[in-house]
Amino acid sequence: MPRRYRLLSIFLSCLAGGAALAQDPPLAVEAVAPGVFVHFGQIELMSEANEGGTANLAFILGNSAVAVIDSGGSARQGRRLLATIREHTDLPLAFVINTHGHPDHIFGNVAFEEVGALRIGHENLESFLAARGDYYLRSFAQQLGVSLIEEIRILPPDETVAHERLLDLGDRTLRLQAWPSAHSDSDLTVLDSESGILFAGDLIFVEHIPVIDGSLLGYLEVTRELSELQAQQVVPGHGPLAPWPDAAQKQLTYLEALAADLRAEIAKGTPLERAVETAGNEEAKHWALREAYHQRNATVGYVELEWE
Amino acid sequence: MRRQMRSLGLAIGFLAISGATATAGELWSDLAYDLFGDRSLNDGSEVLELEMPVRAQDAAIVPVTLRNLLPPDDPREIRQITLVIEKNPAPVAAEFTIGPDAGLRTLSTRVRVETYTDVYAVAELDDGELYLVETFVKASGGCAAPATRNLQEARATAGQMQFRQFERDPDGAADGLQEIQVQLRHPNNSGLQMDQLTRLYTPAWFVDSLSVWQGEDLLLSMEGGISISEDPTFRFDYRPNGADVLRVEATDTDGNRFEREWRLQTAEL
Repeated sequence: MPRRYRLLSIFLSCLAGGAALAQDPPLAVEAVAPGVFVHFGQIELMSEANEGGTANLAFILGNSAVAVIDSGGSARQGRRLLATIREHTDLPLAFVINTHGHPDHIFGNVAFEEVGALRIGHENLESFLAARGDYYLRSFAQQLGVSLIEEIRILPPDETVAHERLLDLGDRTLRLQAWPSAHSDSDLTVLDSESGILFAGDLIFVEHIPVIDGSLLGYLEVTRELSELQAQQVVPGHGPLAPWPDAAQKQLTYLEALAADLRAEIAKGTPLERAVETAGNEEAKHWALREAYHQRNATVGYVELEWE
Repeated sequence: MRRQMRSLGLAIGFLAISGATATAGELWSDLAYDLFGDRSLNDGSEVLELEMPVRAQDAAIVPVTLRNLLPPDDPREIRQITLVIEKNPAPVAAEFTIGPDAGLRTLSTRVRVETYTDVYAVAELDDGELYLVETFVKASGGCAAPATRNLQEARATAGQMQFRQFERDPDGAADGLQEIQVQLRHPNNSGLQMDQLTRLYTPAWFVDSLSVWQGEDLLLSMEGGISISEDPTFRFDYRPNGADVLRVEATDTDGNRFEREWRLQTAEL
């Protein structure tokens, strides 16, 4: 190629590379411990304005590899997370761990497809996504807008965890644990013993009201069991870093109050539509986004507890 | 009625493919004609009350209550009530038949609502007249949203039933009615959920009929479809006839038959 064209092509590809960077700028992350980075999502509903960025995303650096915990609420978020990781390390991105199958945690999976990361999730995650993927793409199209939604593809896990699995990042081991139906049917936690941080996915909420999309009774049981895990702090699915097990205790207070009120209403014969107007209201006041989720939690809990 | 529901079921598929959007009221007039032909629909505001939340908390579990507003001394009785959720894929949610001496005044159940929609209830009286009431519900995704339990669990538990008899409020007990609730564990699969991996639809599997008897007298029967929520639940009042047995019979689209009996607590006079 003649010299001037080679220069021109180098110049153009630099421009293109620069444009790509400008297109997907890195996300703001906090180093919550050495080698542990968290992007804290917005405590609001997914929207075009927040690019679906309502969940906490994290990445952990070992000596030889990087693991990502949740990929974001859009392909755009996923790409921005990838850009963030590349600012911090050149290590191979070995794993993308999905804590569960909700859109704000998995819509970004497609951004990590080409880097060869292994997607890991709960053993139920594949069927969870198979049943809901289509529905999520359709129902979030309006919230996220056409340009964000059209890039998203539902990518199921490459490997799954039935009970427990250890991931080696090179002198750093992550302990993955699968849980029975609680927040969802596909909940997985990640424990990094080096930092003493538990990545709980949506099994633990801080500030943002807990959302019941699996089982109220299961959520109570799993929260109790989780609270016995040895960790110093928790990165919840939504909300700030919090001391452990305090965050579990706060969540239990909400869930237990909700269950107690629902049981009392059911025993009295209060119909569903009346019961959800009052059950758990006192405790709900302490949580953000209660208008969006609390009465829905009460509805889900009521029909579940009716069969006790 | 079943024939109408099947033909409406076929109509769903066409609507889904063509992406047809209806202007306000257009869909209802077609549905009304399919169900009632040229019969006039009278204003039902003095006859029937239809109560649903304006905004559904969970689109797959939307409570609906129907109340008979005819004064106690009115000789006319409500024989049938048809519930239509206009913009649902299967708009005819249920057709309820009330037993001749049932004395039923209030009936509640839970339905799925797919999108913001008008909901219509048409009562047919024993004089053959039809009365219409309507309301509007904001919800989305109730029909396409996946079932709570996985299919394996659903197959294991489908058919389990629960029965509750409620204590009557002493102040309201003068009407002599008892209030009960029957529930049937069933996924009531809509057949509208696509498996992303296989691109096949999870087959429809739902309760298509349920009837409740006190002794030999019919209290309530329902022919229903996928707009009834998972674990079909019916709560209603009725006039006891002295029988001490309550029987529920139900069928589903897989050809299963479910039957259960309970001892009724008869009132101490």
